[in-house]
Amino acid sequence: MRLGEHAGLKDSKPLRDIFGEALLDVVRDNPKVVVLDGDLGNSTKTELVRKAFPERSFNIGIAESNLVCIGAGMAGVGLIPWITSFSSFLLCNAYDQIRLSVAMSKINAKILGSHGGITLGKDGPTQMGIEDLALVGGFPTMVILVPCDPASMRAAVRAATDYEGPVWLRSSRYAMPEVYSQDLDFVIGKANTVREGNDLTIIANGLMVAAGLDAAAELADEGIEARVIDMHTLRPMDVEAIVSAAKETGAIVTAEEHLLHGGFGSNIARVVAENCPVPMRFVGLEDTYVESGDPDELLKKYHLTSGDIENMAREVLAEKRKAK
Amino acid sequence: MGSIANKNELKIIARELRLDILEATTKAESGHLSSSFSSVEILTALFFNGILRYRSDEPLWPERDRFIMSKGHAAPLLYAVLAKAGYFSRDELWRLRQAGSPVQGHPILGCMPGVEATTGSLGQGISLAIGHILGARLIKKDFSAYVLIGDGECQAGQIWESAMAAAHYQMQELIVILDYNKFQEMGPISREMGLEPLTEKWQSFGWYTQEVDGHDVQKISAALKTLQEVKEKPSILIAHTVKGKGISFVEKDFTWHGRAIKDPEQYEMAKKEILCG
Repeated sequence: MRLGEHAGLKDSKPLRDIFGEALLDVVRDNPKVVVLDGDLGNSTKTELVRKAFPERSFNIGIAESNLVCIGAGMAGVGLIPWITSFSSFLLCNAYDQIRLSVAMSKINAKILGSHGGITLGKDGPTQMGIEDLALVGGFPTMVILVPCDPASMRAAVRAATDYEGPVWLRSSRYAMPEVYSQDLDFVIGKANTVREGNDLTIIANGLMVAAGLDAAAELADEGIEARVIDMHTLRPMDVEAIVSAAKETGAIVTAEEHLLHGGFGSNIARVVAENCPVPMRFVGLEDTYVESGDPDELLKKYHLTSGDIENMAREVLAEKRKAK
Repeated sequence: MGSIANKNELKIIARELRLDILEATTKAESGHLSSSFSSVEILTALFFNGILRYRSDEPLWPERDRFIMSKGHAAPLLYAVLAKAGYFSRDELWRLRQAGSPVQGHPILGCMPGVEATTGSLGQGISLAIGHILGARLIKKDFSAYVLIGDGECQAGQIWESAMAAAHYQMQELIVILDYNKFQEMGPISREMGLEPLTEKWQSFGWYTQEVDGHDVQKISAALKTLQEVKEKPSILIAHTVKGKGISFVEKDFTWHGRAIKDPEQYEMAKKEILCG
């Protein structure tokens, strides 16, 4: 069964394609936006902008340190740079540059970290961003966005561009099904409840939102009503949504296509522990590098499916009942 | 706007900058005195001899030339220059490295007017300047960018990434000044990690190069004016300098890198030498 099928979600095209289209839209609408590429425009899909607006597209080449700082410099004349590449290359080659010239300088730059997670698949672990969000978490001034579907990607690109300050946006090769209709309410820092329920809450981001909805549909067949929250903003975190979920449903499962160590589950657990401790479980990558392979096979092998969320949901519910 | 001072005035400015740096770092009990001293005449020429176009009463004047202190550890010099140029009160210098003060140990963008970049991890300044110029070309602003880099900094890979890019973009608006004082933190550069042949390296990357006595304000100014006329390529002024220039016992001992003069006797001696220099 494909991702989102059980929940009745419509299939879509790869998220990176949506990103490219959304970026082209903001470049068209806002003359201040410029796009910088680390020679991966055909993979990140910034090539769409390059074709339409060559004078506002800059391929800095395979030199991420230089790429990040040139982008930061362009913000210094009032432009809004979108600095784009794979998250693994940006973060591993230019962490220092992002730290000083973007985050510490609090400049109005946007960074696209493409190919987040493991679902780029066959190119293998050197290209995968399994630790990207943990690393971005180390920039205290940076907004972090993880869209889960086409509509939220479009909204995120627009919101990031309009926001005054540094923003990180995660993109992916994977075709994420449509969680939202086109008129979704996307506010930075405000999580969206995509399914109501009071037995437990599944808090997810990225493709795990669709997996969470699949899991919720399956659990509903068993009479369990799971709330599903799309936590598309990792920073600033929607503390209120987490606390309400803990108080109202009494059990939480988090799900992310990312290492558990340093992942958003641990940040949510901190909020829960401080405000309203309830039983929790965490779906994500255990300490390992992932291998090359078909994306769906990899999701299965590394326990990032709706079935894995369901299992954790049953566990956490059993613990909740026992506590009562 | 940097006014054109006469030769004697420039000498006085350089002397006052050294005194301010000495006092600020001694008060802070830390800071890179010797790395600041080697660049004093370079920044004196740039800011006070009509090279750099700026308005200290309008720090974000869109047409301003950019000055980026890529060797961020020379922050005491940058602050002393900015204060003298009128960006802020000289009294701020005495808050260097203090908690609650915007006068951070290394420059942070947005903390003090006139500071154009956050630096202190070496290698980023030229790339930032390239971004400013690419942006300026796009929005049709006509300004130049000047970047001061250190010699040890030339060991960083990003310097050469940016060198390649600036030549690719035929960036005649970019002038880099290299403070070639021949020492890095752990010792002589030639011993630790040699850079030579350095001029040839820059030339082979497509840059116009010129060398100068980095403690002669007139010669530096003349050289910078020549570089302003270079077309279709970036240029670099390789300024031969002396680390700790102006204080004999600092000049002789590279271990002063990153240290302030704390001993009162040494402080008085240093002050006397600067005043008599």
